[in-house]
Amino acid sequence: MLKPHSRRRRLPKLAEQFQIWLGQHVQNALATLGRLFDTPVPTGMTVAVIGISLAFPAALYVVADNLRTMAGNWDQTAAISLFLRHDVADEAATPLADQLRKWPEIARVDIISRDSALNEFRALGGFEEALEQLKNNPLPVVLAIYPQAAFALPAQLETLQNKLLRLQEADFARMDTVWLQRFQAILDLIQTGVVLLGGLLGMGVLLIVGNTIRLEILNRRIEIEIMELVGATSAFIRRPFLYAGAWYGLLGGLTAWLLVTLALILLQGSVSRLASLYRSEFPLAGLGVSETLIVLSGSIALGLIGSWIAVERHLHGTEPN
Amino acid sequence: MIQFEHVFKRYPERGEALTNISFEMKVGEMAFLTGPSGAGKSTLLRLIGLLERPTRGDIVVNGRNLATLPRDRIPYHRRDVGMIFQDHRLLPDRSVFDNVALPLVVTGLGHKEVGRRVRAALDQVGLLKRERAIPVALSGGEQQRVGIARAVVGRPPVLLADEPTGNLDPDLSKEIFQLFERFQYVGVTLLIATHDLALVKSMHYRTFSLGEGRLVNDTRGW
Ligand SMILES: Nc1ncnc2c1ncn2[C@@H]1O[C@H](COP(=O)(O)OP(=O)(O)O)[C@@H](O)[C@H]1O
Ligand SMILES: [Mg+2]
Repeated sequence: MLKPHSRRRRLPKLAEQFQIWLGQHVQNALATLGRLFDTPVPTGMTVAVIGISLAFPAALYVVADNLRTMAGNWDQTAAISLFLRHDVADEAATPLADQLRKWPEIARVDIISRDSALNEFRALGGFEEALEQLKNNPLPVVLAIYPQAAFALPAQLETLQNKLLRLQEADFARMDTVWLQRFQAILDLIQTGVVLLGGLLGMGVLLIVGNTIRLEILNRRIEIEIMELVGATSAFIRRPFLYAGAWYGLLGGLTAWLLVTLALILLQGSVSRLASLYRSEFPLAGLGVSETLIVLSGSIALGLIGSWIAVERHLHGTEPN
Repeated sequence: MIQFEHVFKRYPERGEALTNISFEMKVGEMAFLTGPSGAGKSTLLRLIGLLERPTRGDIVVNGRNLATLPRDRIPYHRRDVGMIFQDHRLLPDRSVFDNVALPLVVTGLGHKEVGRRVRAALDQVGLLKRERAIPVALSGGEQQRVGIARAVVGRPPVLLADEPTGNLDPDLSKEIFQLFERFQYVGVTLLIATHDLALVKSMHYRTFSLGEGRLVNDTRGW
């Protein structure tokens, strides 16, 4: 016959307690995952809803990211094209360009001579006949002016443009930045969209996980009651539900990552074809390591918080009524 | 081991379920709790297991004053009090082994030790061969013995039983009570609520009689 324990149970030592604690956690986490896979259809549905919800803001982020890269490439085109007066010859343009290169606002000046402009024009095709009729080259010398990065803001570019127009040789100038500004505004808009959509769909994920865990708690009412009866702490009872929430989050995050990556693979073909029309290459950037980590840790956090809310609301611990 | 001092329990909807209950049980004592239905037997046992708190009065169990026991210590108190119910309260979708293991699993005990202790407990109630069965595959008497094994597997110093033989025929009831006697021999303090007066009389243990929430009789066994 087994003897009962002495009057008061010995409390385990700290190291022993930690070992028990860690062992319980690992075992609990794996057991919870096993439970989720025991019911693959409802689990899969919850995970899919979370994944799709998170894929939307992640995809929008990727779009914004790629557009920004694209804009970065275009930044290297001249900010200001300065058209010189017709009576300024190619030879006179060189000292002017040298002079401009000394200006602190200016990073680089390229001379597009009258001949090279004409050749470029010819190369475009379709103008051969019209050009044949001309006795002399009607095109002016153009200076392509690239500002220093620190002077590339729209207001400063306008000041620079005015300064250039005061040059004796200048005829007129064209700024290539208006569309860039618009593009920047669109990018800002998309970024705000990422934040808003992320916030809204993140709340959705909280509700999905919260509701799934709530149903799970209701399903296991009797089991929970009996565990309380035999001396389970409220932490022990809550733990599997919190782990389930974290697992839902992680699996949902991985699904979102997979969806975005698949979409990019599908899109890469058409983007490459489009880029080749512009004689350039444009490899689409996906979710990088740090972005992936943000998506995954964010989704785990959402899952945990969602299940935490459900557990707080529906498990009242071992308090006697 | 169990001490009640002027304990009252009032339910807002039903009035007083227990009125001014005072008694003391020593370590290793076995006693019966009798009385008609609605007398307050279950309520008294629930107070000892801290499934409910008294409205007034002090209860000391195993050196713990239950009135001042903080909420987060309640699980540890329950590990020291094995409870057996008329309806067994087993998990229907878990094996006999898993049901009996539950009180050990919640303490975080290792697999091997759990297995060893569960088999020892099942051996005591004569169900060692049924560890893989699920509860519905067992007879009422066997289910009750699973409930007993679960109550004693953590070797609690106090064992409470609420009409444990309510659904069993006299022979099986007798067997269950003999099982309880064996726990008493090794020093467990037992309090058993029952209305099987014939059986109570035949066993000569201390008997508390409740009537309408009051302790009307406390007869010593011999
Ligand atoms: N949870 C409860 N809420 C309200 N009244 C209750 C509750 N539990 C028991 N009672 C009342 O307390 C009295 C004693 O009940 P109980 O302890 O179950 O008696 P017994 O177990 O002796 O049959 C009864 O009048 C019962 O209706
Ligand atoms: Mg009762």
